[in-house]
Amino acid sequence: MVNAKNRDKIATWIIYFFVGIVVLILVGILGNILITGLPHLSWHFLSSEASSYQAGGGVRDQLFNSLYLLVLTAIISLPIALGAAIYLAEYAKDNWITGLLRTTIEILSSLPSIVVGLFGYLLFVVQFGFGFSIISGAVALTFFNLPILTSNIEQAIKGIPQAQREAGLALGLSNWKTIRGIVLPAALPGILTGLILSAGRIFGEAAALIYTAGQSGSTIDYSNWNPFSSTSFLNVMRPAETLAVHIWKVNTEGIISDAAIVSAATSALLVLVVIIFNLGARYLGNKLYRKLTAAK
Amino acid sequence: MNITNETSYLKTFNEEERALYTEDLSVFYGGKVQKLFDASLQFKKNTITALIGGSGSGKSTFLRSLNRMNDRVARVDGKIMFHGLDINKSNINVYELRKNIGMVFQRPNPFPKSIRENIVYALKADGQNDKEQLDQIVEESLRAAALWDEVKDKLNKSALALSGGQQQRLCIARALAIKPEILLLDEPASALDPVSTSKLEDTLKQLRTEYTMVMVTHNMQQASRISDYTAFFNLGHVIEYNSTAEIFTNPKGQLTEEYIQGSFG
Repeated sequence: MVNAKNRDKIATWIIYFFVGIVVLILVGILGNILITGLPHLSWHFLSSEASSYQAGGGVRDQLFNSLYLLVLTAIISLPIALGAAIYLAEYAKDNWITGLLRTTIEILSSLPSIVVGLFGYLLFVVQFGFGFSIISGAVALTFFNLPILTSNIEQAIKGIPQAQREAGLALGLSNWKTIRGIVLPAALPGILTGLILSAGRIFGEAAALIYTAGQSGSTIDYSNWNPFSSTSFLNVMRPAETLAVHIWKVNTEGIISDAAIVSAATSALLVLVVIIFNLGARYLGNKLYRKLTAAK
Repeated sequence: MNITNETSYLKTFNEEERALYTEDLSVFYGGKVQKLFDASLQFKKNTITALIGGSGSGKSTFLRSLNRMNDRVARVDGKIMFHGLDINKSNINVYELRKNIGMVFQRPNPFPKSIRENIVYALKADGQNDKEQLDQIVEESLRAAALWDEVKDKLNKSALALSGGQQQRLCIARALAIKPEILLLDEPASALDPVSTSKLEDTLKQLRTEYTMVMVTHNMQQASRISDYTAFFNLGHVIEYNSTAEIFTNPKGQLTEEYIQGSFG
């Protein structure tokens, strides 16, 4: 007979075993990517153009494109998501319309990114005539990002205790002033964390961009600050290949002899940046919270 | 328990003595469920009135109706008269109203901001920007809430670092800063330890000279210690309203007597 004490021990070991599997898989993947990629990461790799047929190319433009797309996507999606989240958390009545809205957001958040990409291709690239461009990619990524960002921000806002809202209202503040001055600042660390975590997702996204931002880079001049010039790095109408798309392309149709090295190094770079985002989110969130709660 | 046959006694005051009074105030939740039945109470200026009664007796519901905090959750019928105005009417500006009738809640709920910012936030939102004047209001309200000496050196520190009792007195200071005439208190000491509670009670007693206070409390001793008048609620009805001394020593109703003696509730 197994007594209760032994049974407890067995259960504990089984739980440890499964946790071990998860940790092992994660460490394995991360370790593999970093070990194969990091040795090839060099300043030369980060600062030179990609080569299309010779060995020794870098990812300068891809890295910049990834960051630029990320910033544009955040600029477009943050105000929309914030507005929607404030509505859902503070104003929406608990009825079937709100329920429908929530269900729609949930469905949208599980939409495969390749579907978002093809939709973006048909609508922005073809229908609106934006062509393969950063703006097409940014809008497609916004579609991809909005549902999750909205529900992240909604959770952050809902996490603020009701007593805070009552305190504001009892002081004669209007509903909006209470939300803007008390609820939103208190929710800011959570909102920021949500934003940066979704930034990690955007940064690593490839499928939604292949058919919208395109797979080729045009020649970019980093000294040309006129966003309307076709060679400017700020031009949003130029096609732009990102890091994730670069990995995909090098491995599927690349003819460069060092494809394995380039994709390993790019993967490592991608993972590194995402890790930096996550750590940064935690650090900034904590720091901001301390600042806002006035521990000056 | 037959409520309707119970002898009820409701203390009244002359028109000019009243700070606030209600006439036949009834509250309905969800359109149907009635939680308060025709409550008519008059609150005398510069006094503390305690609202006592068991859980679900309607005392908190009544209190929250007085500054229209029930607006979004319940329907409130009847009159609430303040300076000759029925403030229960829909055309009343509730935000202005709440600046005249302040409220302190059961659990201390300071904003996650500095002590100073907690007090001046509502004033700044109202367009008051003169730093000297704000500083003066901060000191005045903290002194009135008997908190000044404890926090004067850390006004820029987080309010969340204060103890529960200090936080509650900060919430009182915050309510006083907008200069209300009436202060509603919803079990303000229920989350505090005995030492903080007695400090809070001393503070409230001193505030009587300038403010009219209505306080919900579960604590009989507290009601008898600091209130001038006491209203006893039961199952949504006001059973008896009289001076605290009368209620506690010579209750007129059977239910009141039983409640005071602790046999139910």
